[in-house]
Amino acid sequence: MHFPKSQLWLALALVVAGVVSAFSGRIDAYFLDVALGAGINIVLAVSLNLINGFTGQFSLGHAGFMAVGAYTSAMLTTTFAAKLLPLVGGQTWILFPVALLAGGLVAAVAGIAVGAPSLRLKGDYLAIVTLGFGEIIKVVLQNIDALGAARGLYGVPSYTTVFWVFGLAAVTVYVVWALVNSTYGRGFLAVADDEIAAESMGLDTTRYKVTAFVVGAFFAGLAGGLYAHLKGYINPTGFDFNKSIEIVVIVILGGMGRHVGVVAAAILLSVLMEQLRRFGDYRMILYSLLLIVLMLARPQGLFAWRARRKAA
Amino acid sequence: MAPTNPTSDALLELECVTIRFGGLTAVGGVSLSIRPGELVGLIGPNGAGKTTLFNMITGVYQPTEGTIRVAGKPTRGLKPFQITRLGVARTFQNIRLFPSLTVRDNVRVAFHLHLSHDAAHSLSRFGAFRREEAEIDRQVSRLLDIFQLGPHCDAPAKSLPYGDQRRLEILRALATRPKLLLLDEPAAGMNPTEKADLMRLIARIRGEFQLAILVVEHDMKFVMGLCERVNVLEYGVKIAEGTPDEIRRDPKVIEAYLGSDHAD
Repeated sequence: MHFPKSQLWLALALVVAGVVSAFSGRIDAYFLDVALGAGINIVLAVSLNLINGFTGQFSLGHAGFMAVGAYTSAMLTTTFAAKLLPLVGGQTWILFPVALLAGGLVAAVAGIAVGAPSLRLKGDYLAIVTLGFGEIIKVVLQNIDALGAARGLYGVPSYTTVFWVFGLAAVTVYVVWALVNSTYGRGFLAVADDEIAAESMGLDTTRYKVTAFVVGAFFAGLAGGLYAHLKGYINPTGFDFNKSIEIVVIVILGGMGRHVGVVAAAILLSVLMEQLRRFGDYRMILYSLLLIVLMLARPQGLFAWRARRKAA
Repeated sequence: MAPTNPTSDALLELECVTIRFGGLTAVGGVSLSIRPGELVGLIGPNGAGKTTLFNMITGVYQPTEGTIRVAGKPTRGLKPFQITRLGVARTFQNIRLFPSLTVRDNVRVAFHLHLSHDAAHSLSRFGAFRREEAEIDRQVSRLLDIFQLGPHCDAPAKSLPYGDQRRLEILRALATRPKLLLLDEPAAGMNPTEKADLMRLIARIRGEFQLAILVVEHDMKFVMGLCERVNVLEYGVKIAEGTPDEIRRDPKVIEAYLGSDHAD
């Protein structure tokens, strides 16, 4: 069997993630925590990049999909664990990916539910609808007692490891890259550029937009599951508007519709947020100032060397 | 004006097509038909409804009354992308390329229509997918060479000079392998040399790709020199149809469009 080069890279990334994971006990705990947070942000930003960057649809609801995935998977490994574990022979390393996958799928269904009716809206209008979706999710979660209501869910087992985070980050990068890099996938970019022209080329633009939305939501759901099993505790306010904005900022800073740039920006901003903690209450002010400076200096995206995609 | 008789071999048939926007009848009871391989012109003063007619044929607007058939199939209710799939491609009056995509990718997107692979194949990237992509690459290169756009193939479409952008738009429409090509003012903004080149190009692609072509154009010399049959619209109504010579002599056309001093 002759594998494409891109898949060999993916396999290599998975092996490296596995090896590093095996030795993660020797890594400084604080460093590890920051690194895993950055890895989850890569999954979030790269998946949002498919929607906002490549397909040109402005979604502000990514944290909502993340919440759906986080709560779904956390419920499966806590409340329902007693029923599910015997089915997988008591093996938590089987239960966890199943729970993650379930979280991703439920988030994808939410993606269809939100996307199908609202994707005929454009620009600001779509942004407002997705923003509303994110808020609705938060409020609903705050009012369901079985999900811990405003207190959130405690005691989520710490199944998240280096392998799962960076393995899934690699898978996300591969999926988005592979989707876009084909004659089929150029359709996403065509929809972003000129919807009417895309339609006149025979492209089912609605289908493209919904596909981007569903794939994006699926990976946001996976990221939510990783997050829940990393922190061990989730509550609705962790998935509020600020989280959505944080991901949008990463995508814009990385250069909308760029692969490497968005990954680099995810790492950079995650580390930056941590480093700024030493400034205490001034953290968000400094963070905002840095963003303003970065956007003034590099409006096309921090890592945009080539002018392949237009600066949004 | 009697409606054109529906002929079974017509590629495009319009039967008493009317569209109203509120109280305004933009196009009223227009009938016309185009047979495979024909080169037909559509002229008329500004605001006569030429582009509106195009937009109805391509499904951007739904006619208020009347029927449009492509290869015998009524298009009512079809979306623009579905009509493209029936074999109708178009260009736009104000060029609509994919500005940030490369010249090559602009053409490549049009191949999407005849693709056997989809999202799942893009992800698996196995043999059949790569063979198909390689074949598309070859065909795109061949088309770019015919249009002499090969040297610019990796540049973003928006960086092309105006005339090249017009030609790229025609090329992109051709790449969907249409049976009918609709050109909306293809010569707009071109100088006489570019117009002459474009006329030769249109005549050539029509033969090479076995197309029927419907051209909307303001430039009389361009339409008269290119088309075998010309339809004239005025205030949304078809006032004449015939060969360029007949149109030139038609008193209604002369009065409505060419001006009375043109009647030589």
